[in-house]
Amino acid sequence: MEIKNRDVWVFIEQRNSKPADVSFELLSKGRKLADSLQSSLKAIVIGHNIKPIAEETFKYGAEEAIIVDNEQLAHYKTMPYSRIINELVEKHQPRVMLYGATVIGRDLAPRVASHTKSGLTADCTDLQISTVKYLKEEFKDLLLQIRPAFGGNIIATIISPDVHTQMATVREGVMRMEIVSNPVKGKITEVPYVSSDMDDILKIIEQHRKENKVNLKAAPIIVSGGYGLGSKENFELVKELAHTIGGEVAGTRAAVDAGFITPDRQVGQTGVTVRPKLYIACGISGAIQHRAGMQESNKIIAINSDPDAPIFSVAHYGIVGDAMQIIPMFINVFKQKLR
Amino acid sequence: MKKNSIVMVKQVPDTANISGQVMKEDGTVNRAKLPAIFNHEDRVALEFALQIKDKFGGKVTAITMGPPRASDVLRECLFMGADEAVLISDRKFAGADTLATSYVLAETIKHIGGYDFIFAGRQAIDGDTAQVGPQTAEKLNIPQITYAEEILEVGESSVKVKKKIEGGYEILESKLPVLITVIKDAAFPRPFQAKRIMAYKNAKTLSELEKLTEGNSLLYIDQLRDEYESRNLYIKTLTMDDLKLDESRCGINGSPTKVYKVESVVLAGGNHEMIPPTKEGIGKLIDHLLADHILG
Repeated sequence: MEIKNRDVWVFIEQRNSKPADVSFELLSKGRKLADSLQSSLKAIVIGHNIKPIAEETFKYGAEEAIIVDNEQLAHYKTMPYSRIINELVEKHQPRVMLYGATVIGRDLAPRVASHTKSGLTADCTDLQISTVKYLKEEFKDLLLQIRPAFGGNIIATIISPDVHTQMATVREGVMRMEIVSNPVKGKITEVPYVSSDMDDILKIIEQHRKENKVNLKAAPIIVSGGYGLGSKENFELVKELAHTIGGEVAGTRAAVDAGFITPDRQVGQTGVTVRPKLYIACGISGAIQHRAGMQESNKIIAINSDPDAPIFSVAHYGIVGDAMQIIPMFINVFKQKLR
Repeated sequence: MKKNSIVMVKQVPDTANISGQVMKEDGTVNRAKLPAIFNHEDRVALEFALQIKDKFGGKVTAITMGPPRASDVLRECLFMGADEAVLISDRKFAGADTLATSYVLAETIKHIGGYDFIFAGRQAIDGDTAQVGPQTAEKLNIPQITYAEEILEVGESSVKVKKKIEGGYEILESKLPVLITVIKDAAFPRPFQAKRIMAYKNAKTLSELEKLTEGNSLLYIDQLRDEYESRNLYIKTLTMDDLKLDESRCGINGSPTKVYKVESVVLAGGNHEMIPPTKEGIGKLIDHLLADHILG
């Protein structure tokens, strides 16, 4: 297979003309991938009145923004968006294409990957460019798509050696957003929108969206609880501790699934990735997916009754004991200290 | 205004409940020992299809691609109320990623035909990719609604669906046919019905019928299958050849993504300072954190 184009593309998601953070995070990662590939980084922006977003992508390292601007495209719609990207990918055959693993990205990316027969890996926690030997054949500069799999019991590295375009989705917060020190004066390439009969077989009738009030990514202190707490009532203690020390409350996927806490406060591979000053993990065993979302915290305190729990492997301070007894003790001692 | 639905279901390893029995000595998971379960969101998808059937009539067909033992989830679909179940099984499907899987499913759906709705769970717990639904819709050239929470209105040739999005919801209207993937809390799957368990517990796939004929020269597989079919107990079994599939698009051959490397996660402790679970211990820790301006 001859590789004609080594460019890295990032789909820039916008909601009501506001760009999603994850798209800029992916540009920052994409910049590094493009450097490794010695190619360019391009932002794909679809919507209406999106020039300002296109301009903004240059700050994060894009050299070109390909934009499709039309009133009909103001809101994400599966059919025209996927069709437009299919056409662009087929025409230019980028080497790498990244999407945020959001509701929109997870609707769009598989549809495009299916049409263009590209490889697609969901919810990657790391992306690298490397030359690999696979089945005795050497493949130069492949995208390594790294993600926990199988309930977090393994870390898998996925490659797509035989296709032109290697696609991946990444959750918000996993990659760091970085403004480049010397941004280039990027080029905006406008591609006209040509409508199709199929564009409106699926229409948006209404949209209700409240800006997410919970911002775990920005919280300096996070107190997080796991399934090990046993019940929703017990989980209240985690909230009390968070309240006492001025932190945000969060939880593991298992805690969310058990209904202890709402999904917008889930930390981990399929939730939010956080890097607070302090992360207190209460009754969390520490599955790899959870650790992927918090192990870069500045300081981690783990409270767990099982001394072998994997959470201790990423902790700076470990307290072995029943969280139901340790948390009230922590709260009391802290209150006394502040008095 | 009968509406026919096809529901895509999957049997998955129960990755959420890993007990000590499936742990190996080295701290990794023995995957072969994990129990196989019905992917929960797919069960919710079946519930959606059954609710449409309850209201408008029509037929519900459950399909799964998987190894022979995946027939377990198909029987469970029959227990819940599905009219028909289809197992798509072939050694040549092994190693399929979502692209190859969606190819087989889309071709199966074309083979069955006559559908208004295709339902599936948003994602399966073994991979969490959420890709098979949209990729199947793309191959059928029909629209898709992912993250569905509720079917609001079914019209002659259209449907209104409430879709969950970040921080809220959307109401979408789609022409039929459409593929809809549903989220976990969208509906409570109905329990198995005792009558249906009695009726369908003996439903069998082709390979299960073949097992019955083994060592019994009086049983002929074709006759047996006809008999089961006439009693509505035959779980239709389709192979790559039955569906006239392109082998290069099936299984590992048709999968652009390959697993290059797998590292087991070893559950072991690392370096950390142990804090005694006492007032004094915690007091010292808090002093330390206050001094470093991490707390306070």
